[in-house]
Amino acid sequence: MPLTLEIITGERRLLRQEDVDEVVAPGSLGELGILPNHAPLITSLAAGELRVKTGNDVEEYFVSGGFLEVHSDEVTVLADAAEHGSEIDAERAEAARQRAQERLDQASDADRARAQAALARSLQRLRVLEHRRRRGGGGREMSR
Amino acid sequence: MANTREIRRRIRSVENTAKITNAIQLVAASKMRRAQDRALQARPYAEKMQSVLGQLSSVAGDPDTAHPLLERREINETTVILITPDRGLCGGLIANLERHTGEIVLGPEAGGTGDISMIPVGRKGGDYFQRFGINFRASFQELGDYPGLAETQPISRIAIDDYTEGRVDRVLLVYASFINTVSQVPVTVPILPVEPPAGDEDASGETQYIFEPSPQEVLADLLPRYVDLLVYQAVLEAAASEQSARMVAMRNATDAANDMIADLTLVYNKARQEQITSELLDITGGVEALKG
Repeated sequence: MPLTLEIITGERRLLRQEDVDEVVAPGSLGELGILPNHAPLITSLAAGELRVKTGNDVEEYFVSGGFLEVHSDEVTVLADAAEHGSEIDAERAEAARQRAQERLDQASDADRARAQAALARSLQRLRVLEHRRRRGGGGREMSR
Repeated sequence: MANTREIRRRIRSVENTAKITNAIQLVAASKMRRAQDRALQARPYAEKMQSVLGQLSSVAGDPDTAHPLLERREINETTVILITPDRGLCGGLIANLERHTGEIVLGPEAGGTGDISMIPVGRKGGDYFQRFGINFRASFQELGDYPGLAETQPISRIAIDDYTEGRVDRVLLVYASFINTVSQVPVTVPILPVEPPAGDEDASGETQYIFEPSPQEVLADLLPRYVDLLVYQAVLEAAASEQSARMVAMRNATDAANDMIADLTLVYNKARQEQITSELLDITGGVEALKG
């Protein structure tokens, strides 16, 4: 029996898909893959790429941290923010990366952690884009 | 008898008022629909988060020690996050919120002792309580008609910081809860210390979740976000309440103005008729006199 995947943020429900074969998520302890019949699990997520495999098709999403719950083949992602690969704006992500890098270079200790987190987020966004491009940018387009 | 020109001037002025209130009503109606929509969209996230929190609190051990945000302390200072509109023209909404908050600030209904401070969100509440010399820990204005999480997070983060660093021992959230279009009720919701929702009976009994990295660490990640979410939801609901209160108040104002126009028009017509009659009488009287 395939998985049901839901990606929810505080502001909207990004996705609900019922025929998912595998979900690969950026867990806070490292990437983890979830297949059908997974044991009940609650884990926190780091900023990173979430891959959704359905048949031969792979969709990439960016999540900027949050939680993931698996329970009886239902996978729920509670994300702080989430975007489909096609929603990511390359120029904005690159600009954010540069801004975060500059801030990190001149950050005091207090700001350091925040700048680092911002840098990680922008790098992960760019990584999602890179993977998407390498695959030929296929897949479903998301309408906003 | 008021003279006709004066009555006409009043009719015109009331007509202008009606046009304005009608326009505000229409704008508020469309904003209300959107605000309600957004409040609904936040619901699935909130429900899921509550269920995860329920799961966690049943395994994370004694709430008083599991995490600083759960810890109940003796209450020396309470802070009230008061969410009000920035602008008036919304009927009794603001007065109701202020009265409700006043009871907490002044009375023992709050069930606690100690000092009171406030974090007003929205201009109206801040302006009002400033006059009573209440200490503001922060104040927020102009969040916009459709605030996002990014706009409300600074509010919850200040509350969390004040709580974890011991400056405040309890945080209450006061806002206008949206019952329906014609009814908005001020409510007080304690947000810190966090009261975890009771875990689902069936779920906590049957399923043993694996927590990664550990229940305590997931809890530490989750609790601040839960507080963020409570504040975000309250702000969304307050926005829906504000717009619907404004819509109803402006509809009443438009109706009252139209009634007044009808009454004044009647008076105006009567006055005009009387004037014509008396002019006619003058003329016929003059003619009779000339005939002599």
